[in-house]
Amino acid sequence: MAATVKVMRRPDPEEVSYLRSALKGMALTFRHMVRPEKVTVQYPEERPELSPRWRGTHVMEVHADGRPKCVACGLCPTVCPANCIRLVGGEDDNGNRYPIVYEIDEFRCIFCGMCQEVCPVEAIHVGVHFENAEYSRDRFVYDLDRLMEQDHPSTLLWDPSDPRSE
Amino acid sequence: MHELSSTAFVISSFIKVFLVFSVSLLVVAYMTLAERRISAFIQDRRGPNRVGPSGLLQPIADGIKNFAKEETMPATANRRFFVLAPALAIFPAVATFAVIPFAAPLPTPWGAVDMVVADLPIGILYILALSSLGVYGLFLAGWSSNNKYAFLGGLRSSAQMVSYEVALGLSLIPVFMLAGNVTLTEIVWQQQQLGFWYALPLSLAFILFVISAFAETNRLPFDMPEAESELVTGYHTEYSSMKFSMFFIAEYSHILTASALMATLFLGGWSIPFWSGDHMFWHEGMLIAGFTAAGEAIPAAPAIWKTLLTFLAFALKTAFFILVFIWVRWTLPRFRYDQVMHLGWKVMLPVSLGYVMALAATILVLDQLGVEGFLFGAVLTAVSGLATLLFVFVLDRGRIMGGAAADSEGRPLQGLSVREVRPILAGAGATSGLPGGSDSEIARKEGM
Repeated sequence: MAATVKVMRRPDPEEVSYLRSALKGMALTFRHMVRPEKVTVQYPEERPELSPRWRGTHVMEVHADGRPKCVACGLCPTVCPANCIRLVGGEDDNGNRYPIVYEIDEFRCIFCGMCQEVCPVEAIHVGVHFENAEYSRDRFVYDLDRLMEQDHPSTLLWDPSDPRSE
Repeated sequence: MHELSSTAFVISSFIKVFLVFSVSLLVVAYMTLAERRISAFIQDRRGPNRVGPSGLLQPIADGIKNFAKEETMPATANRRFFVLAPALAIFPAVATFAVIPFAAPLPTPWGAVDMVVADLPIGILYILALSSLGVYGLFLAGWSSNNKYAFLGGLRSSAQMVSYEVALGLSLIPVFMLAGNVTLTEIVWQQQQLGFWYALPLSLAFILFVISAFAETNRLPFDMPEAESELVTGYHTEYSSMKFSMFFIAEYSHILTASALMATLFLGGWSIPFWSGDHMFWHEGMLIAGFTAAGEAIPAAPAIWKTLLTFLAFALKTAFFILVFIWVRWTLPRFRYDQVMHLGWKVMLPVSLGYVMALAATILVLDQLGVEGFLFGAVLTAVSGLATLLFVFVLDRGRIMGGAAADSEGRPLQGLSVREVRPILAGAGATSGLPGGSDSEIARKEGM
């Protein structure tokens, strides 16, 4: 069977000269050597600027009196494609629903941000944050208190109807 | 100034040996840092800058790490030679520095002390002899490891070093012809007297020497013995811990010695350009600065500040060549093995032979005409400049170095000039992936 092979066009061999080409290359590397701009980010002194669409570990918004904004509607565990959210809802004396258990397994989470999109009361958010190191694996299941304590900013560009989020 | 008494000579030699050895090892340690930093700068990175101010303590951290590493010994290795090889590799690399003068003589109450460990009359011959011993270390390492990659690396290293030693020696002959001597202190003195650094009147020899020195030190683009992408790391694949470190130190010591040698032979060594105050040479037991027109010796005036200043000049020249070594490594890709051999035997050898003949004829003619001094240097500079231009623009033009290209009958096109290759390719309809096939953007290949 015949196959079609694309032959790349190389520079004209009349110009080939090893020593002069080598000197040309050395001029190029010298320009880079003296160039002050470097691509390395000096973490942790310098920090990379994260995109406003960055989706990191979750943040639970709280009311002024310290209660979570979550109303335990159950939409986020339903929509979650990784099935990493565990929610047990309850109801207080005034008939307000609230989460008794709200856990996110950050190891299973794929950071798609659909929990944030689907939340009717804008309670759960994915955060602009990447420093998640822990000393043990079980610390990666974030419970409600942990989620409410998270103080990093949450992702702003999450609404699919927002043209900037495209 | 007078010469040293024998007691003072012995004591000063001990001090010099100690100082030169420790300083050169320190420089070698910092060359590893320089290599990493400069390679980083070339690649727009920063390099190691965490240990100490701008990474200055990094070599110490590396040294401690290497001592703490596990020492491995392959079960099938030849134990005796496996242990011996690193020592054999490091010894000639360190010992060659002994004959290189690094500053003007230092005046002391006991007489003027030469700033060279051993001012051997056979100077360069000693260096050539010892540096060719270096190949034993690499080859023994490759052979005793009992590992195919290490063995290939050792094989390559011996082939390459033997090949390029020829070109290296031949590129030194013009220096001997001009200086009339092989003693390094005298070569420095002759350059001072001529008023020219030998890099100018012997420019082509300089270029050939630099290229051969790259091959002799196994640096890119000639790092065939290591060739990470082909041979793991070549001859030192099986080595770890301090034994590996010793090969590393040996490589960098070779670079240091080669750089110092280039500075001494071609850039006037420790002499400071356009200044005659540092002209010093032993002549019949007296340190002289030159001769009067009547042929009488003018006594030299050595001073501590002159010694320090000339040492600085030597250090700067050497550092420049070290920078070039590093700079070239991070610019050029590695040659193929057959290309290395092709360059060594079919280009470097004939070119250096022809250059020796041309230069010898020129010197003979100039001597017969009685030309001396500045004019002598200027004529040699012109002749060598012409030879260099011929080398760079005629010989090194449009030559295909590859063996990968072949014509339609499978004959290799290697080593042919472009003018010869063009019609073959045009006639064959360019079935190979060779450059320049004009109507062959899409070539159809049958039977794939």
